[in-house]
Amino acid sequence: MRPILMKGHERPLTFLKYNREGDLLFSCAKDHTPTVWFADNGERLGTYRGHNGAVWCCDISRDSMRLITGSADQTVKLWSVQTGAQLFTFNFDSPARSVDFSIGDKLALITTDPFMGLPSAIHVKCIARDPDDQTAESIHVLRGPQGRINRAVWGPLNKTIISAGEDSIIRIWDSETGKLLKESDKETGHKKAITSLMKSADGSHFLTGSHDKSAKLWDVRTLTLIKTYVTERPVNAVAMSPLLDHVVLGGGQDASAVTTTDHRAGKFEAKFYDQILQEEIGGVKGHFGPINALAFNPDGKSFSSGGEDGYVRLHHFDPDYFNIKT
Amino acid sequence: MMALNANGSAPAKPSKLRWGELDEDDGEDLDFLLPPRQVIGPDENGIKKVIEYKFGEDGYKVKITTTARVRKLAKARLSKRAVERRNWAKFGDAVHEDVGSRLTMVSTEEILLERPRAPGTKAEENKMAGDNLAQLGKGGAVLMLCRTCGKKGDHWTSRCPYKDLAPQTDVFVDKPPTSETAASGPGTTKAAYVPPSMRAGAERTGTEMRRRNEENSVRVTNLSEDTREPDLLELFRTFGPVSRVYVAIDQKTGVSRGFGFVNFINKEDAERAINKLNGYGYDNLILRVEWATPRPN
Repeated sequence: MRPILMKGHERPLTFLKYNREGDLLFSCAKDHTPTVWFADNGERLGTYRGHNGAVWCCDISRDSMRLITGSADQTVKLWSVQTGAQLFTFNFDSPARSVDFSIGDKLALITTDPFMGLPSAIHVKCIARDPDDQTAESIHVLRGPQGRINRAVWGPLNKTIISAGEDSIIRIWDSETGKLLKESDKETGHKKAITSLMKSADGSHFLTGSHDKSAKLWDVRTLTLIKTYVTERPVNAVAMSPLLDHVVLGGGQDASAVTTTDHRAGKFEAKFYDQILQEEIGGVKGHFGPINALAFNPDGKSFSSGGEDGYVRLHHFDPDYFNIKT
Repeated sequence: MMALNANGSAPAKPSKLRWGELDEDDGEDLDFLLPPRQVIGPDENGIKKVIEYKFGEDGYKVKITTTARVRKLAKARLSKRAVERRNWAKFGDAVHEDVGSRLTMVSTEEILLERPRAPGTKAEENKMAGDNLAQLGKGGAVLMLCRTCGKKGDHWTSRCPYKDLAPQTDVFVDKPPTSETAASGPGTTKAAYVPPSMRAGAERTGTEMRRRNEENSVRVTNLSEDTREPDLLELFRTFGPVSRVYVAIDQKTGVSRGFGFVNFINKEDAERAINKLNGYGYDNLILRVEWATPRPN
């Protein structure tokens, strides 16, 4: 396949997300400006100017009208997707790391980092239909986990919140009472910081990637470990194909590769695994630095990867991808 | 929208814009206007040319011709809302989409989903090159080499008709211990070359055979920096069985130092290889292939 290279960011990419219909791709990077691209040909549509720090995460509402972005400048902003205008800003006392709209887009989940003595926290905010009615009040603030929370998402039907972070434990919280319901098992769970988390298309299971060079698949209700995928590099980003039973892992710093120079295409690759057999199917090379973000188009026919090199690579699969037999 | 004059009529246009009265010379007054943008649509090869004009830094007109190949990468089936979004105006930094900005481009390389190679296939090939004696019965590439007379393909040492040529069995090879351990250590870094005296089941007196082999040594220079032993083996094996290949590698950077050695079993094969491959273009460099030692005659 011929990947489309998009170099709109001058700093490393942190997060990539498609909108629900799969025609827009949103990219967040350390260069303060999230960008939106057309997902078919990679043409840039626009940028959202206003943040003063690295943008760590974003989410899009179901109707693709609102964008929420979390940034290291201690704010979370709501934007109009079409015009790029800022609709609202939530202020916090520490950098915001992860954002997620609830199902129905009425609530949003925001995590903040531990900073200057403040522990990390998960904030639940109400999102009003009309941006003018928006208030900055939190419905809940959950505190408790040690260390940075790298990603937090809503569970099925917004009843639970799943968080994962640097202490390598996955926690499930009740979203109405704020109580901790479950923690992942220390024996079978990750051994090092969890860097990424992604829910399946139907929300029944989720995948976590960690610096311990593995990714694990968990059941969302019972938090039982279903599968483990092992690689040679610390995992920075994970994605699940909505169409086939494939899992993609994007990797991090490989110390031995740092000093040798190779004039061929960049060696860092996105590794594809069979979801059920846990075996490696193949890898897609091309990035010149560790891959920090991965996202699958909801139609499953293309995916994009963002790297430390500032490039977003958009790949449309060849027809024989869909015929891979292991 | 034109501003109106005090008496309500449109001001007379400055004369230089009245094209009907233009002489040839007056064409120069149009310097402040740029010719329009031209698009020569995709032809049957999909090549599209766009010719634009803009003013350069020193005030001169600059003509920019962009030649692009238009190819269909994927079918996009867009919902109605997606089609609407396609027509949204650009905002933020994308508003002035510059002529020269090449933010989005298709990769020039074809990237494939590379299936993982079965472990050990490459390593085994290397071993084959260096260990012809040890790897008996490797199927298809069995080389019956006699250590006594050095003849290939005919008989094994125990059946050598020239048994009297064999040197005494109690003559040991005087080798410094360090090189021994280095040679029989991890084979993967040095093309798995194990000298005959260290091979499994080999007699200690393999020196004669090895010396003979060194005479069939061919030096290859002007190699590209990522050429390795397997590449040389592939290239030279067509001339005959090869007992050893070596490529000099800079330990610090891992690149080839540009030269290497190939040892043939037979001198005639080495000679043919030299004649054919000297001056041969390989990986965009012209190879130099010659005898390693002063010309054995």
